[in-house]
Amino acid sequence: MKTLIKIAWRNIWRNKLRSSVVILSIILGIWAGLFIMAMTLGLNEQRINGAIDTYLSHIQIHHPGYLDDPNIKSTLSEVDKLEQVAGSIPEIKAYEKRILATGMANSAGGAYGVQIIGINPVNERNLTSIHQQLTEGSYFQKYKKNPVIIGKKLADKLHLKVRSKLVASIQNINNDIITSSFRVEGIFQTNNSVFDESSIFVREGDLRKITGLMAGYHEVAIRCKSIDQTDAVLARLQSEITRDKVEGWKDIAPELGYAQEMMSSMIYLFMGIVLLALAFSIINTMLMAVLERKKELGMLMAIGMNKWRIFSMITLETLFIAMIATPIGMLLSWGVIAYFQRHGIDLSMVAEGLSSLGVGSKIYTFLPTKEYWIITLMTLVVAFLSSLFPARRALKLRPTEAIST
Amino acid sequence: MAVITTKEITKIYRQGDIEVHALNGVSIQFEKGEFTAIVGPSGSGKTTLLNAIGGLDTPTSGSVVIDGQDITRLNSNELIDFRLNNIGFVFQAYNLIPVLTAEENVSFIMLLQGVPASKRKQRACRLLEEVGLSEQLSRRPAQLSGGQQQRVAVARALASKPKFVLADEPTANLDSKSTGNLLDIMAKLSQEEGMTFIFSTHDQRVIDRAKRIITLEDGKIISDVTV
Ligand SMILES: Nc1ncnc2c1ncn2[C@@H]1O[C@H](COP(=O)(O)OP(=O)(O)O)[C@@H](O)[C@H]1O
Ligand SMILES: [Mg+2]
Repeated sequence: MKTLIKIAWRNIWRNKLRSSVVILSIILGIWAGLFIMAMTLGLNEQRINGAIDTYLSHIQIHHPGYLDDPNIKSTLSEVDKLEQVAGSIPEIKAYEKRILATGMANSAGGAYGVQIIGINPVNERNLTSIHQQLTEGSYFQKYKKNPVIIGKKLADKLHLKVRSKLVASIQNINNDIITSSFRVEGIFQTNNSVFDESSIFVREGDLRKITGLMAGYHEVAIRCKSIDQTDAVLARLQSEITRDKVEGWKDIAPELGYAQEMMSSMIYLFMGIVLLALAFSIINTMLMAVLERKKELGMLMAIGMNKWRIFSMITLETLFIAMIATPIGMLLSWGVIAYFQRHGIDLSMVAEGLSSLGVGSKIYTFLPTKEYWIITLMTLVVAFLSSLFPARRALKLRPTEAIST
Repeated sequence: MAVITTKEITKIYRQGDIEVHALNGVSIQFEKGEFTAIVGPSGSGKTTLLNAIGGLDTPTSGSVVIDGQDITRLNSNELIDFRLNNIGFVFQAYNLIPVLTAEENVSFIMLLQGVPASKRKQRACRLLEEVGLSEQLSRRPAQLSGGQQQRVAVARALASKPKFVLADEPTANLDSKSTGNLLDIMAKLSQEEGMTFIFSTHDQRVIDRAKRIITLEDGKIISDVTV
């Protein structure tokens, strides 16, 4: 075996150019594949984190009918019990009770439907990061009367600036439309342009006065210490809270969860295609190497090298090529991915498009270590499988054909 | 007792509708220690006969008995093992593994036989010394002349301790000096070790050195002379 390894290893370097080309193509294939994977996963992660930070949180609780029919009277039934249970779950970092209303925001620029979120500004900071994403103004600090924080997209559409007046028609508890005016105190910009266009924040007390809803809440948002704790906390809450609907972020925004699952299968499909292409390049090269050495292989069979050894020799040659290329490809990928994980890939040129996807103008690549191992293994398996075909071809050579001059 | 006995071997190659009768009933015996040339014009069937005796190809009919065993009945895997342990080969070209040194090439066949490493090295060096290449042990084939490569091939053929050595036109690619040199070595080994050599050639200088000359024409033996 030692000699067979030596022969196989030296055989690779007989045609340096050809072997280098395959090695290089494996390296580039792995690199391109992993980089796309890391970009996709990073994008997805950012999309999810962005959504959680701006509006989703990890868990939300509503009146069972509220999300389908956002009636102002559909308030939560078990707020007290919920607060009690939430207080006893150490994984919960913070929770916030909100009231919600729907309305139309008007200005000289036009009228747009919006969701009005009534919050407790001090506590809300623990849940969402809107206060950190202000492009102008401040976060419920300046105005005594009816301050409002609105998204940049809406501000642009309505031609509003900080200190401008925003007029909104809001449905009150008696189903009447009440017109109220607010003062724009801050303008935020998240990665999600749809949210920026359709959500505005006001103080809970102000919204109560306008709508006449003196008690009750429409929504409780919960943030866990880490996203991974969501499922456990969710199960715990669901077992205790039965009359209100407790949902995790994947239930509330199923498109995010689907996207995550779909992207995972997509990247494996993509990697599969890359590996298939590599398989063809390996088969092609090794077949060439076998046919080029017809006479030599025939001579080896003639003097008594058995089929198993010939087969092993060709397979070893293929595996060596993969074993040279794979670690280099992995190291290169790891380096590049780590770099862009820290610095991000600036996509400001296409950022407009990305923003409607709910991510910023920079993509931070991300690839779990597990994936590197899986792809390494897959590459080696593919190389091995690719070697079977040329190795079989070598066995079909007949010593007489091969050595006849 | 004869080392090799062939009985009425024929070989018919079919190419579409055309049949080529490369061998037409060849019956012949070779004794231990022979130094025999198979001669005849190109296409007379020399290579076909050597391939049949060497178990590289199976004749269409007839038998090839080596040491009491009819090798035409062996399957291709059994033949590989049979060749490894019983027959030494020297071809016209492409004899050596290009990525191995002269010594490694000679050792390689013993490795296939399962000879332990220390014995391999010792025997390879001794044989290479006998063919006059003790200075070239660690050269690769590309760094050796054509004549030197053929001498390595002879050393390799002997390394496996075969019953006989077959050489199909071993000097066809060599100049006359190298040809003489190679024949000197083969003749010496034949005498000193009692090794049986059977080679094909159409070079008169080579024929002159043979002890027995078998002449083929159209796949038949037309003369068999021992000098
Ligand atoms: N593989 C083959 N297919 C068809 N015909 C062959 C094949 N090998 C040899 N022949 C034919 O068999 C005859 C004998 O060939 P060969 O044994 O090579 O002769 P020599 O070695 O004396 O030149 C020739 O007519 C040759 O054309
Ligand atoms: Mg011939």
